Amino acid sequence: MPEMTKQRPKHLALNEIRLPLAGFASILHRVSGAGLFLLLPLLIWLLQLSLGSTQASTEMFTAVTGNWLVKLILLGLIWAFFHHFCMGIRILLIDIHVGVEKQQAHNSAVAVMVVSLALTAIFGLKLLGGF
Amino acid sequence: MQRLVVGAGYGLKDWLAQRITGVVMAVFTLIIFGAALGGAMSSREAWQAFMANGFIRFLSFLFIVSLCYHAWVGVRDIWMDYLNSAALRLFLHVLTLLALVGYAGWAIQIIWRL
Repeated sequence: MPEMTKQRPKHLALNEIRLPLAGFASILHRVSGAGLFLLLPLLIWLLQLSLGSTQASTEMFTAVTGNWLVKLILLGLIWAFFHHFCMGIRILLIDIHVGVEKQQAHNSAVAVMVVSLALTAIFGLKLLGGF
Repeated sequence: MQRLVVGAGYGLKDWLAQRITGVVMAVFTLIIFGAALGGAMSSREAWQAFMANGFIRFLSFLFIVSLCYHAWVGVRDIWMDYLNSAALRLFLHVLTLLALVGYAGWAIQIIWRL
């Protein structure tokens, strides 16, 4: 059998693999989840400051969220949240056999990318003081 | 004897838990967005009063527990997928678990102190 002569194990060249868009959106689900996990302490800390009862916590919250580096991180987390959220809904729909066909799955992956980027733009503008 | 240190038997349970916790978080998030549109974040006082509401505290507790369980399954899957060393995997599994349990305690005391 010709299959038996193939080189095993097969090592995947991650830099050469070109994923279809649905695969790319899927790996971003993992990347965004990992990012949200890694920066969870920052988010809990901000929650603590926002719910603190002292004047000091109010000032600290304003100072921290006013920092441009923190704003940049939060912008990334906003994208991570919306991508993870939208992709999660796509996964749930596919679980109940909605949009399983190849073209539909491609279209829903495009929709996830577009919607999450659009929501990131809206909330990002709010974060950066656009409105 | 060579033993496989990757277990079996928790696949379906975790798959289901990942969906349930995801839905809980999604619903809570939509409630928060709705409340924000209704002015719950218009001032510090409004935000604190909203979060101190008994029902919201009940829901935010469920959110925190769901988040930590969801993150545990997700991050554990990342370690399982990419790390070949069982020792390193065990180390990072324990580290992840300890971090998430600590985060849960920290976040819960923030909302229940209100």
